[in-house]
Amino acid sequence: MTSYLLETFKAKFPDDVLETHAFRGDETVLLRKEALLKAAAFLKDNLGFDFLMDLTAADYLPREPRFELVCHFYSSKHNYRLRLKCPVAAADARVDSLTPLWAGANWFEREAFDMYGIKFDGHPDLRRILLYDGFEGHPLRKDYPLKKRQPRIPHRE
Amino acid sequence: MEKTNAEIQKNWNLESLEDGRMVLNVGPSHPAMHGIVRVLLTVQGERVMDSDVEIGYLHRGFEKTCENVTYNQCVPYTDRLNYVSPFINNVGYALAVEKLMGIETPARCQYIRVIMSELSRLTDHLTCIGANAMELAAFTVYFYLINAREELYRLTDAVAGGRVTPAYTRVGGLTRDLPADFRQMTAEVFKKVRKNLSDADKLLTRNRIFYDRLHNIGNISKEDAISLSFTGPALRSTGVPLDLRKASPYLVYDRFDFDIPVGSNGDNYDRYLVRMEEMKQSMRIVEQALAQLPDGPINHPDFNVILPPKEEVSGNIEALMAHFKLTIEGVKPPKGEVYQAVEAGNGELGFYIVSDGTGHPWRLRVRPPCFSLTGGLSQMIKGGYIADIVSTFGQINMIGGELER
Repeated sequence: MTSYLLETFKAKFPDDVLETHAFRGDETVLLRKEALLKAAAFLKDNLGFDFLMDLTAADYLPREPRFELVCHFYSSKHNYRLRLKCPVAAADARVDSLTPLWAGANWFEREAFDMYGIKFDGHPDLRRILLYDGFEGHPLRKDYPLKKRQPRIPHRE
Repeated sequence: MEKTNAEIQKNWNLESLEDGRMVLNVGPSHPAMHGIVRVLLTVQGERVMDSDVEIGYLHRGFEKTCENVTYNQCVPYTDRLNYVSPFINNVGYALAVEKLMGIETPARCQYIRVIMSELSRLTDHLTCIGANAMELAAFTVYFYLINAREELYRLTDAVAGGRVTPAYTRVGGLTRDLPADFRQMTAEVFKKVRKNLSDADKLLTRNRIFYDRLHNIGNISKEDAISLSFTGPALRSTGVPLDLRKASPYLVYDRFDFDIPVGSNGDNYDRYLVRMEEMKQSMRIVEQALAQLPDGPINHPDFNVILPPKEEVSGNIEALMAHFKLTIEGVKPPKGEVYQAVEAGNGELGFYIVSDGTGHPWRLRVRPPCFSLTGGLSQMIKGGYIADIVSTFGQINMIGGELER
């Protein structure tokens, strides 16, 4: 299946797009993480995708590269959605932050960092958001046991 | 007690506070904040100079839990996301799994899902405005609106068997059909809701005190709202007419005649007006849906999707096998990933599901509408008075259950 959007993407970033597909009408572009920021800027400035609806990650242990960063974009002008995914290796779990383009990326990225331990370069304030400082591990990783207990945190005066 | 630098949030330190600014801690448990959230303010006099919103007090690992149970076992957990509008979560989740499987439910099921979603939107907005009014000292209005909500809760209780945690949908259908006298019950309930709403409208909308507490407070521009991924009434109050029910109609929303109210200022008063109007539109949708409601089955005919009827299970080997497999292993969507969004009370509620072909989701992500809204709270309260945080926070309608999952 070909679509105008996916073809445009492939033509614009021939070296960076790893794969494109459309499953159940959801168009997806898989691209190298180094190209994420410029691809997102292209989406925002040239293709009219004004909303960063969601940003999250997924863990595909034991596959390598292990993580995938998943962004959902929405264009209110064209009423169109696009999913952008970047494989992220466990050894180098760093991605460029989208905060320069969308202020809303701030909390989404903090949550992805909190849950998966993926670091975002250029994020203004990367710290845990749902869990507390001193929490050990990243709970949504597949190797985090479901019933793992956390150490007691020392009492603070 | 002397405070060390390490104890104060990293955005502040004592050296920078010597020009008369002060760090003030609101929450995590504060009488004027519904939900548990901590806001660390830097104030100069009564003005908020900077703030840091700290969330996570209700985090219970929803996404991790769902990765370890079958698709239908996730449904009761979705009730607890936004616990004042549980049906919308149920419906959104069921739609996401159905999209993943590539199936569509019968027409009657879709109509019932629309009806229940709109009733949930009513309870959501009633709670939001009621609580907001109460926090601004309009206590009577709170009772008017919560009484209306109670009537709606009783109505949905009669349908689903649960006031706050109905777990009403299943993948491919519903747990039960509407009760026989549902039309009449709805008409009676709506009469009362309309009366209470008009009473509240008379008490609030042109009330000088209420108007002053909301108007031009918590302003946000159209561009900022889009950049912060705002959706729902908070986005529409800035003048962006984005509503998923109109933009990309799911279920049978394209068959109803309803309006999308938009504001112009992006302040709390506009958000209040948008919510008031949306409730009227929701009642319009429910009435149209009840008039059009077709007869027929409520569940998908395929036994591999939803539990077969009990009489089939007892008398038919295929149904018995399907029943066993569905109970033990659960529904098995094909490998793939989908994102399905519905319009919840606060905005876009999205479910991103990755399936590896087994009975458990590999990854289930919820995009909660009020996560972005709470992320934008700092910007909305900046420069305002401390007392105005209450009205802005109330109109954000933060729901801890879905915010922190």
